[in-house]
Amino acid sequence: MSEMPVHAPVTLPRLNEPAPEFEAVTTHGVVRLSDFRDSWLILFSHPADFTPVCTTEFIAFAEIYPELQKRGVELLGLSIDSVYSHIAWLRNIEEKTGVKIPFPVIADLNKEVATKYGMIQPGASKTEAVRAVFIIDPKGILRAMIYYPLTTGRNMAEILRLIDALQTSDRHGVATPANWKPGDKVIVPAPQTMEMVEDRMKAGFEMVDWYLAKKSLE
Amino acid sequence: MACINPDGSLTPSALAVLRALETPATPAEIAQKAGLPLFRVRGSLRELVEAGLLAEREGIYSLTPQGREKTNA
Repeated sequence: MSEMPVHAPVTLPRLNEPAPEFEAVTTHGVVRLSDFRDSWLILFSHPADFTPVCTTEFIAFAEIYPELQKRGVELLGLSIDSVYSHIAWLRNIEEKTGVKIPFPVIADLNKEVATKYGMIQPGASKTEAVRAVFIIDPKGILRAMIYYPLTTGRNMAEILRLIDALQTSDRHGVATPANWKPGDKVIVPAPQTMEMVEDRMKAGFEMVDWYLAKKSLE
Repeated sequence: MACINPDGSLTPSALAVLRALETPATPAEIAQKAGLPLFRVRGSLRELVEAGLLAEREGIYSLTPQGREKTNA
């Protein structure tokens, strides 16, 4: 009978708490998480430079970068590779595909940042980071996390949609339903008291019942 | 260092930061003037202060005499 491998527990950061601070060497020099205060940040890890799925992802991240900038979002990549490897790979991507990677990439050789963010998941790989995405708001609070396995490239449309949903929630004090996209109706937070329920019933929202009401933002 | 080349010359982004400091300014003002992302400016400011080219007081940055010399070089 084969035995399951035993791994040390992976520590994950937690939603709605301050994202773990770090200082790291990147392709744009030394950066600290706090350097990104006042803008949204997508911190994402990839398994390794010069690998096929990661290359398609970097091209895809570069393609959505202008849309992210319109939303006040910066990008910061990470892998357990040296800065020289990153530079060689990013130059190779530009040379072979014409796509310039405009955002910095952390060279996390000592795995310090990857460990803080639970990017090393030994069941997947002991030496490579999984495909993790962390969305950090302008106050440095971790707002969303997505983890993908090594074999599956990420969906950029979903990452943009998630940013839009978080920013819409913050701006309007609402939630967003399944498969929401900008322009769709949003969910009004559920009432907390009987009195609020009475008000809700008269508010003119699209009601399924008192706890599920939608409204248009236009 | 991302701002200073091994021969002591400044990188283009570091020069852009220094040239945005005709008058003392905050990181956000420097980012706007230099056309650089704020995170990049914050990292550059740290290095340029450490190198003695800038001084910081209560979040406002200004050129030191050495920094002024570099912008005129």
